[in-house]
Amino acid sequence: MEHTINVNLKIWRQRSPKDKGAFVNYRVENVSTGSSFLEMLDMLNQQLVEKGEEPVVFDNDCREGICGMCSLYINGHPHGPVQGITTCQLHMRKFKNEDTITIEPWRSAAFPVIRDLMVNRNAFDQIQQAGGYVSFNCGGAQDANNLPISKEIADMAMDSATCIGCGACVAACKNGSAMLFVSAKVSQFALLPQGQVERKRRAKAMVKKMDELGFGNCTNTGACEAECPKNISISNIARLNREFIRAKWND
Amino acid sequence: MADIKNLEGMIDSTPIMKDYADIESAKLPEFQIDSKIPEGPVAEKWTNYKAHQKLVNPANKRLLDVIVVGTGLAGASAASTLGELGFNVYNFCIQDSPRRAHSIAAQGGINAAKNYQNDGDSVYRLFYDTVKGGDFRAREANVYRLAEVSNNIIDQCVQQGVPFAREYGGLLANRSFGGAQVSRTFYAKGQTGQQLLLGAYSSLNRQIQKGTVKSYNRREMLDIVIIDGRARGVIMRNLITGEIERYAAHAVVLATGGYGRAFFLSTNAMGCNGSAAVQAFKKGAYLSNLAFTQIHPTCIPVHGEDQSKLTLMSESLRNDGRIWVPKKKEDAEAIRAGKKRPTDIPDEDRDFYLERRYPAFGNLCPRDIASRAAKERCDAGYGVGTGNAVYLDFKYAIERLGEDVVRDRYGNLFDMYQMISDDNPYETPMMIFPASHYTMGGIWVDYELMTSVKGLFAIGECNFSDHGANRLGASALMQGLADGYFVLPYTMQNYLSDQIKVPHFTTDTPEFDKAEKDVRERIERLMNIKGTKSPDQIHKRLGHVMWDLVGMGRNLQGLVKAIDEIEKVRKEFYSDLRIVGRADDLNTELEKALRLEDFLVIAKMMAIDALHRNESCGAHFREEYQTEDGEAKRNDKDYMYVSCWKYTGDNEKPILLKEPLKYEAIQVQTRNYKS
Amino acid sequence: MWLTNSSIGRKYVMAITGACLVLFVTFHVLMNAVCIFWPVAYNVICEFLGANWYALVASCGLAVLFILHILYASALTIQNRRARGHERYAVDHRPKQVEWSSKNMYILGIVILAFLVVHIIQFWAKMQWAEIIGNYYVDDYTGLPVPPAAGTWMIQIAFSQVWTPIVYIIGFIALWFHMNHGFWSMFQTAGWNNQVWLKRLKCIGCWWTTVVIALFVAQAIVFTVQAHKQTYLTCPELLEQYKNMYMESHDAGFAAPAAATQGLFDK
Repeated sequence: MEHTINVNLKIWRQRSPKDKGAFVNYRVENVSTGSSFLEMLDMLNQQLVEKGEEPVVFDNDCREGICGMCSLYINGHPHGPVQGITTCQLHMRKFKNEDTITIEPWRSAAFPVIRDLMVNRNAFDQIQQAGGYVSFNCGGAQDANNLPISKEIADMAMDSATCIGCGACVAACKNGSAMLFVSAKVSQFALLPQGQVERKRRAKAMVKKMDELGFGNCTNTGACEAECPKNISISNIARLNREFIRAKWND
Repeated sequence: MADIKNLEGMIDSTPIMKDYADIESAKLPEFQIDSKIPEGPVAEKWTNYKAHQKLVNPANKRLLDVIVVGTGLAGASAASTLGELGFNVYNFCIQDSPRRAHSIAAQGGINAAKNYQNDGDSVYRLFYDTVKGGDFRAREANVYRLAEVSNNIIDQCVQQGVPFAREYGGLLANRSFGGAQVSRTFYAKGQTGQQLLLGAYSSLNRQIQKGTVKSYNRREMLDIVIIDGRARGVIMRNLITGEIERYAAHAVVLATGGYGRAFFLSTNAMGCNGSAAVQAFKKGAYLSNLAFTQIHPTCIPVHGEDQSKLTLMSESLRNDGRIWVPKKKEDAEAIRAGKKRPTDIPDEDRDFYLERRYPAFGNLCPRDIASRAAKERCDAGYGVGTGNAVYLDFKYAIERLGEDVVRDRYGNLFDMYQMISDDNPYETPMMIFPASHYTMGGIWVDYELMTSVKGLFAIGECNFSDHGANRLGASALMQGLADGYFVLPYTMQNYLSDQIKVPHFTTDTPEFDKAEKDVRERIERLMNIKGTKSPDQIHKRLGHVMWDLVGMGRNLQGLVKAIDEIEKVRKEFYSDLRIVGRADDLNTELEKALRLEDFLVIAKMMAIDALHRNESCGAHFREEYQTEDGEAKRNDKDYMYVSCWKYTGDNEKPILLKEPLKYEAIQVQTRNYKS
Repeated sequence: MWLTNSSIGRKYVMAITGACLVLFVTFHVLMNAVCIFWPVAYNVICEFLGANWYALVASCGLAVLFILHILYASALTIQNRRARGHERYAVDHRPKQVEWSSKNMYILGIVILAFLVVHIIQFWAKMQWAEIIGNYYVDDYTGLPVPPAAGTWMIQIAFSQVWTPIVYIIGFIALWFHMNHGFWSMFQTAGWNNQVWLKRLKCIGCWWTTVVIALFVAQAIVFTVQAHKQTYLTCPELLEQYKNMYMESHDAGFAAPAAATQGLFDK
């Protein structure tokens, strides 16, 4: 019943942010098509360890598509060729026997490579710290149902809030722009009544931080939306633009 | 070691326990447990406590440092709230960002006694359901407090901008979950944990921006530093550089989650571990109720030996899905052989065993019961798939509600299932099987959430406190946030109030020197084994032992064997482990090895705790103790206590202490989900 | 200033200038369309847009728009390349939802700019610019200085060259791609967008662009055909108009040609 395949891997290996990296070829045999892509990499690492070589370093954690930790650029696509999923949700049945699979790290100036396929995404945290919150202290909230929010708005806010912060948008963008990521958070709060008070400040602060950190400018290619594992829409980017421009004109 | 053959018929295992635990020392006066439960009726305890506890004034809060390890629901909410109060907080996480803690993967929802549905819910009923769900092995006062603050959590999260599901009228929507007869679960699609964690993360970010919280990523705690009997700091390993770092503070909070990956295969994230609990254990904190590990009934079944983790399908699916196996063994065999499809089995030949056995709760009975019932059917030869799976069928829901409604409710879960299993759940029933999911047991804490080590606190899944022997669905999120937002920030001040004269610590003390040296030696020791097996290989072996012998059904012989087997795995670990790479560098193999070393400790403690508890209760099912129709037989006379294990040395027997449980506000009864 | 130092501000400038340029191009194609049906009226428009203050102000404005659009595009492109990091992907696939043009706007812009230079040399330099500096272009074929407002005559000169329509068609194709993406993109950047309007704007943009470019292409074909038939130098009404241009002109430069052209007009 179980079907297995052999695959050839071309993996980017790089010791440190400063070292020069290069592709190294590997081969993994008898991979069950029911295995996930990361399980296939586990098999590779097991092989390497048995040979006394250092395993390929890649970020991963929950392996169910929600933590946003995994970050591989597989065959020219962030999170692999299947849309709407993360790398950890990619299964080997999507590949054919004897396929050659190229695996690269996210490439963006704002996401320096730490080792092999692992990159540093602290920039995302810094953007969130600049304003991705509603300012109030614990304990001061009113009763939850005092604040009716239409289902439509709540659902839209939920769609924006679904972002897992994996950085695929930046990886996919030819400009290394983080607009989809920033816009998702700004949209969530711009839509909800709780976010209204700090709306302008938030949009300005988060965009400012994003620019400082060296992300590129959005040129509306839509690659981010196409590659986003959570299908976050670029209409969020339009909303961010609106929020930002309005805030600036009001100054 | 006890001779397994001689165990036949030895149901009362107390004599055997002497081989594994020091039962006598527990009677010494210095080992008496003080759980600091406030006086008064249960409904007034928390109010009374808050009214009379000691506080730290705002000017003094600035003088106090707190370390919070972990950034899940409990860790992030505690760090941000302590920061808001004015303490200097040092917050650590193992991942690359606080937002990735495994709380993010919780799908279903969070309970609260809001009674927005007018279906008769109340604080008392939530308290009652939780204690009953936990099979009367939880501390009453803690659970009542949890139910009390549950409402504040919802208010807090809504104010943070958590986009909970809403009705068309704009008010919050609820759904029902296992173990309850009311709809009290708030949810945000199938990503409630994610949204709540991002809410806590946003509060945390606000404090980081303000400078009250300092955030350190990709750090793993390897030791706790005790100075004069109080927890005063931690030793961290920087996972990127491999450097060993020291951090000092007036108090240390552990919010490091559960140790479910002792089973290797579990629904936990790859990085989840029990190391912080083991370090606390070795420094004098008690480990409690380790036998109580929740095996979640609705996971996608195991497919092969190379599998790295199991995926949970939200319990909310049991709202509309019906669980069944074929009534006839030959049908089950035909399905396993691929000769029949589930859709070929007519309704009258399907055994909806949960509805049959538990008519009152049906498919929504608590997790432990649903898991065990699935195992019972599979063991009896009615399993489908590889033999270790049952069906969760939405045919009936689709007939009743239409495919669109089902898609709206569960669409993302169905998509996830299809992606993993390659089956379309709209057409053919899902296959599910239980998997290790949550650990009710953990570090013992008192009412103030302080462990038996002064100044060391434990919150969220890593403590033992609120769920007893079994956790109800949508209660983990509630507990994590309750501890972090509304309990610890109060109770901690009671401890810190007399610490204001203690100046900021330096890390240049002999205690820090020693702790760092110990950690370096430990790493050195592991690096120098230079055997042949990778940590994962050994971990898998441990996982098999745990799943087979300390899993859903346990018995005396099995547990004794388990302890033996764990010892063998431990020997293999110390003689045949191989870690490639260097210690002072990014080294994922070393990380795994360090965690595995701790899993070996905790796994053995789990088996010992399971062996000592001669009863079946909640998630702990001892096959010797069951009624004629296969239900759990609890022994309230002898085991109505929290087991607290005290460390005495790596190769010494731990001391068993007992915290007796008293129920004043609730009538202790046999759990009954039948009528 | 947020329009220069914030990423969204810079993109906003691109959108606003882009929007103005779309309007200009649209106006231009409509103006050209007049020439197909009524060449005489076209020349009247050309005269109206000569070296008078309002036309000059508009021209300067247009130049500023172009320069801003080009400068910002260059700055953004440099910055974006830098943001991408120095390592490039070895394998990079374009998802099917992503328009090819959206990833090549700068290249398309360069093609359009090149076309624009040709176009300016062929027309603007001989018309408004010639009028300003008072140095009129002398037609090789007739040997006469061409009045700056004689748009049809300029067309005759340009499109009688074999390579002109080829260059124009290349320019138009590039413009189609550039505008097709730019159209909805500018609404997106200005923030006038949501999930419903995104599709509509893309649709409107596609139609708008296609109509404009189709007209341009049609014009290029008509002009080429007419130029080869010498229509713009034989049509009596146009010749009458050219003559009047000479006559009405108080410019000394036209005194002699006015007399000399008599023969041409008599042919």
